[in-house]
Amino acid sequence: MPLLVVENLSISLFDEGHETQLVDRISYQVEQGETLAIVGESGSGKSLSSLSVMGLLAKELRVTSGRIMLDGEDLLSLSSEEMRQRRGRDLSMVFQEPMTSLNPVRTIGSQIMESIEENLGFSRSAARTRAIELLQEVGMADAERRLRQYPHHFSGGMRQRVMIAIALAANPKLIIADEPTTALDVTIQAQILELMTRLCREHGTALVLITHNLGIVARYAQRVTVMYGGRIVEAGRAVDLYHRPRHPYTEGLLRSVPRLDQDRTQPLRPIQGSPADPFMKITGCRFHPRCPYAAPVCRETKPAFEAGAACHFPLNQESRDAS
Amino acid sequence: MGTPLLRIEDVSVHFPVRKGLLQRQVAEVRAVEKVTLALQKGEAFGLVGESGCGKTTLARTVLRLIDPTEGEIWFDGQNITSLSGNALFPYRERVAAIFQDPFSSLNPRQKAGRILSEVLQVHRYKGDIRTRVEELLNICGLPPRFVDLYPHQMSGGQRQRVGIARALALEPELIVCDEAVSALDVSIQAQIINLLEDLRVKLNLTYLFIGHDLSVVRHLCDRVAVMYLGRVMETAGSEELFANPQHPYTRALIDAVPDPDPDPLAEATRAHSSLGGEIPSPLNPPSGCVFHTRCPIAMERCTAEIPPLESVTKAHEAACFATTPTTETTTTTNGR
Repeated sequence: MPLLVVENLSISLFDEGHETQLVDRISYQVEQGETLAIVGESGSGKSLSSLSVMGLLAKELRVTSGRIMLDGEDLLSLSSEEMRQRRGRDLSMVFQEPMTSLNPVRTIGSQIMESIEENLGFSRSAARTRAIELLQEVGMADAERRLRQYPHHFSGGMRQRVMIAIALAANPKLIIADEPTTALDVTIQAQILELMTRLCREHGTALVLITHNLGIVARYAQRVTVMYGGRIVEAGRAVDLYHRPRHPYTEGLLRSVPRLDQDRTQPLRPIQGSPADPFMKITGCRFHPRCPYAAPVCRETKPAFEAGAACHFPLNQESRDAS
Repeated sequence: MGTPLLRIEDVSVHFPVRKGLLQRQVAEVRAVEKVTLALQKGEAFGLVGESGCGKTTLARTVLRLIDPTEGEIWFDGQNITSLSGNALFPYRERVAAIFQDPFSSLNPRQKAGRILSEVLQVHRYKGDIRTRVEELLNICGLPPRFVDLYPHQMSGGQRQRVGIARALALEPELIVCDEAVSALDVSIQAQIINLLEDLRVKLNLTYLFIGHDLSVVRHLCDRVAVMYLGRVMETAGSEELFANPQHPYTRALIDAVPDPDPDPLAEATRAHSSLGGEIPSPLNPPSGCVFHTRCPIAMERCTAEIPPLESVTKAHEAACFATTPTTETTTTTNGR
């Protein structure tokens, strides 16, 4: 049985009695210990769908359909108090901005120990020992002294290490990392991603990596789900997706990124237009206004998700079936 | 090659750190340290490095928003280092800037038409302003109706197009692009990169392009300088730098670029060494070579002496003791 099952999940924004659908019946699964990447541009709904798994949706946002099952338990049926207990213990989250997700007026130690005491029922001194272990595990030298310092003493990369230590503190089954390295420098990015995937592997923790960067996904995730305009447009093994994308949007994304091994004199072939605006009504396939292959049917009928893609005219059909 | 369009000569920028009631200077941040660069007319020159490397400070110094502590900046044969007030006006017409976040660099209370016409008015544009504004929108791929739109009514990509249109308003020769595509979505980023490339050819522009994304810089720039803690570590032609990096820092930066190819075979052939350690504080930079604290091949000499920027081959310079400067044809073995 998969660890996390998201089924037909829809999320809407309710603003003065007006409903805008932001996530449209998405389904995905995460196996125990696996790394799944969710890729999409701004407004694709990638962050919302993971916030709903954490039970952290803002007041104006509501789940309007579907189920979120963690280890056989429907998270949407839990009370907010029960959900609060699951957070940290069963699932935890690492956010993009390590600057804003740590409390600036409390020491790093007290913030890590809080999570350990709360979730594992450790005593103060046992929690302290565990906190030191965790800091060492995330590669922090001089952990004992670091424990007494405040977030402003740490660089961005170091703060993100602290966040990872807090996320790992209670040995959760699932960690959701929302753009964990976007705010960091290139060389630090590589360090943090390597650390995170290694620790999750060692602890048997499943990891959902939310990102807009296809490059990151390639190196660190086994499976990838691509979202566009609140829907999943393609899902599959990372290798297949990169070499034989089925959805024109995935193909467009891959072509948009300049690569180091590419001929620089060739212009990039970007996707035309702007990402789908959730407040604009788009009929049929939400990608059709930007799609180079769009036909009349794409404007009228919403494509069903079949064989790894939601497209009326999926690409690379033969080569994918053959492999 | 004739005189370069822009020459940065031995420029250093130091910021004093003041403390206490008397505001006594207690320390100094050496943001830029003895940087020398020259940009030929029509070329795109890239400046890459991580946060704190001084790339943005250098860009602002070129724009004359920050005064250099030492050194000189020459533009088209004229020393502009000490110009001020009205004397800077002609320079400001010939040099423009595009910034990272179009949302904060455009006035939210002004429509695009106003944003563009203001620049023209300030600089006493002679022709018909309305026509010129529409022309500017047009070269940046926006329809005339954008004249009446506020920044919040546009998408991120459209806002950046307005930012570019504003930079082009006075027909500048040099454009400083400070992380101009970094805040954009992937698909939009590619559109803006293509636009910048087209404009450069069409309008014969010169770019000083500041970025941290190496694949974008490689794609867009003819020559690249790599900076670390205020100093230039390596400079070379774009192809050459990425195919044959000489400085260990450049190599580490290139290795850190995630490659969108999950093929396990391709992965295995990559030198997969992520750089350890943190970027030291520019308040207290390491002695000798500033990179020696993170360098995998640091020698004793590196902690004491500052390696000079020396030619490796023609048009390829690196500041590292480990690279042996050779005369003429070299085929070094330390490519990726």
